[in-house]
Amino acid sequence: MMGEEAVTATPRVGLPSASILPGLRALANALVQPVAALIVSLLLFGLFVAFAGVNPLHVYAYMFQGSFGSWFSVQNSVTRASPLILTALCTALPAQLGLMIIGGEGALVMGGLFAALVGVGMNGASPLLVQCTMALVAMVAGGIWIALAGGLRHWRGVNETISSLLLVYIAIAILNHVVEGPFRDPKSLNKPSSPSIGDANLIGNIPGTEIHWGLVFGLIACVIAYVLINRTAFGFSARVAGGNVRAARMVGLPVGRLVLTVCFLGGAAAGLAGMVEVAAVQERANASLIAGYGYTGILVSFLARHNPLAIVPVAILLGGIGASGGLLQRHLDLPDAATVVLQGILFVVILASETYQGRLRLFPERAGE
Amino acid sequence: MGSDFTLNRRRLLQGAAAGATVAALAGLPTARRAYAADFTVGFIYVGPHDDFGYNQAHAQGAAAVKKMAGVKVLEEENVPEDVAVEKSMESMIQQDGAKLLFPTSFGYFDPHILKIAPKYADVRFEHAAGLWTDKLPKNIGSYFGYIFEAQFINGIVAGHTSKSGKLGFVAAKPIPQVLQNINAFTLGAKLVNPKATTQVIFTGDWSMPVKEAEACNSMIDQGVDTVTMHVDSPKVVTQTAEKRGAMTCGYHCSQAALAPAGYLTGAEWNWTDLYPKFVTMAMKGEMIPNFYRGGFKEGLIKQSPYGAKVGDAAKKQADEVKAALSAGTYLIFKGPLKDNKGKEVIAAGASLSQSNESDVQLESMHFLVEGVLGDLPG
Repeated sequence: MMGEEAVTATPRVGLPSASILPGLRALANALVQPVAALIVSLLLFGLFVAFAGVNPLHVYAYMFQGSFGSWFSVQNSVTRASPLILTALCTALPAQLGLMIIGGEGALVMGGLFAALVGVGMNGASPLLVQCTMALVAMVAGGIWIALAGGLRHWRGVNETISSLLLVYIAIAILNHVVEGPFRDPKSLNKPSSPSIGDANLIGNIPGTEIHWGLVFGLIACVIAYVLINRTAFGFSARVAGGNVRAARMVGLPVGRLVLTVCFLGGAAAGLAGMVEVAAVQERANASLIAGYGYTGILVSFLARHNPLAIVPVAILLGGIGASGGLLQRHLDLPDAATVVLQGILFVVILASETYQGRLRLFPERAGE
Repeated sequence: MGSDFTLNRRRLLQGAAAGATVAALAGLPTARRAYAADFTVGFIYVGPHDDFGYNQAHAQGAAAVKKMAGVKVLEEENVPEDVAVEKSMESMIQQDGAKLLFPTSFGYFDPHILKIAPKYADVRFEHAAGLWTDKLPKNIGSYFGYIFEAQFINGIVAGHTSKSGKLGFVAAKPIPQVLQNINAFTLGAKLVNPKATTQVIFTGDWSMPVKEAEACNSMIDQGVDTVTMHVDSPKVVTQTAEKRGAMTCGYHCSQAALAPAGYLTGAEWNWTDLYPKFVTMAMKGEMIPNFYRGGFKEGLIKQSPYGAKVGDAAKKQADEVKAALSAGTYLIFKGPLKDNKGKEVIAAGASLSQSNESDVQLESMHFLVEGVLGDLPG
């Protein structure tokens, strides 16, 4: 039940050209699988909580109430989704090239750290200029971080999955070192932090809501990523190289440049998420940046099958699961791990349902159409 | 085959849709605010509520509140120090009508509580460990205990029972509240054995189980026979030491159950006394003091019962000092006091008392006393 609305918005790759009907049919076919997987996951989760001695119907009701049942809940879900949209792109973009990057957390941390450095350093300049520079520098920092993994892959043959994961630990160590040493605000006694970027430089909420501007950044980034991958020669080259790297080299595609650029763009998205955490939430860089958004982003990207537009509804769905976790704990005494179990079930079921991709035709084409 | 799937899937969809509708109808009425008549209190923890450490100590306080009549307790665990805690607080207020909140992690304070509290003037926010100043909203309070007094007692007991005189301290970060504990523990041990040393290892973060075990093992390899710690969950250090046959002084809450052989005593929070007191005040409409601190004297901390290995001499001296601390006549950080580089950090005649006059200095502590083996960054 929860999230069906969200998935309904899932777009379809390739829009109808001549007639609208085949497009609708394709859209329906594309939607059946994730919606069915979602329902199966919820049923399995219901079974799980039933074994834990809790009425599954109450669980579903609280989940709906906590995630999308009121305006407060919707805002809660969407706010939690904002960083996930950006960190998911860090996995989804390199995935077009067949690269499995799981180090979005490191790019987020580097982006947040550099955003804070810039924000503090430029204190006093016009806020818009500071904010734009923070965003730009954060994107470059995050981009370089993931491009490192891409470069290691291209030039030295290092597995990018492992190297990007290990780079996360290096990023966290750099963050801790900088905010505990050279860049520590002497006033941050028991929680070592950088100085505050100042109230004037905060990016604040979308007017009339409690949702910060990070959501809009995420939406724009997803649209740009979609157009880039599906509507440009660059994106086509990337997908060709992802499909068959030897063939791509044979036809003269610059595979190395593609790898570095796409990794840079993915990292830039996660770096921007770090800037948003600093400029909209934390107001400074400190260990609170390490909240696991980079890792949940991997899950989002896989659930969206690395489609940049599908990332948005999936991130909102996972944001909703996170938002409803509190109610489940408070009212049903379920442990926090319950929502992690649901995420895990969802992940496994969606991956398993890929087996049926293309084999299910609930809306088959009829002869003559 | 394809048509079979079609049928099954369609039936499944129909069934699920029907099920979902029933679920919504059956469940929603109970999801409404069912406890409007009760006074609702919310607790938020940064880690698991049963971590044998920081969060468990607060959860024990929450359990004491649960026993009170007319009170509804809400608990959330594993809430990160970001938007999540802001939304959890607001959700407890808006969806459950909470009137008093205990967001217990240090990092919840700035900016999260400071951002949410002004929006809900009729809700009270009580935060552990922060430094409230009169420039901040009046519906925020900060409370904490001088738990280093209990680490001082830990040190006295360890000084008596350690055979090698080499003690170990597994610490998360070199921040003032941790340094107070390392220094007090060392001073306590040196009171008994002036040659005692405390090897300190900083793991870098509050929950680093692998590094905590490595630190504990490497210290024991070097001849350390008694360890204590300041990390979120002392579980790993305690279990590692027990396995290696070393002795442990606990922290946050009692870890005696994890180390029946080697647990000596422990520095514990006494939130089980404080929280019901605060809740009673809030229910009566009284103002809880915005700044509330204390040690043994005020009953904010306590000592775990002594373990089997603690001898009579150790018990006698520890009890005597504890009695003096409870009477408020004993100072732990008094001059002349040198750091482990030989520099005088507290002049003769000066002291840092366990009282509000010294709170800011205590919370700015940046030295390791003589006898501590280790370095501070910067």
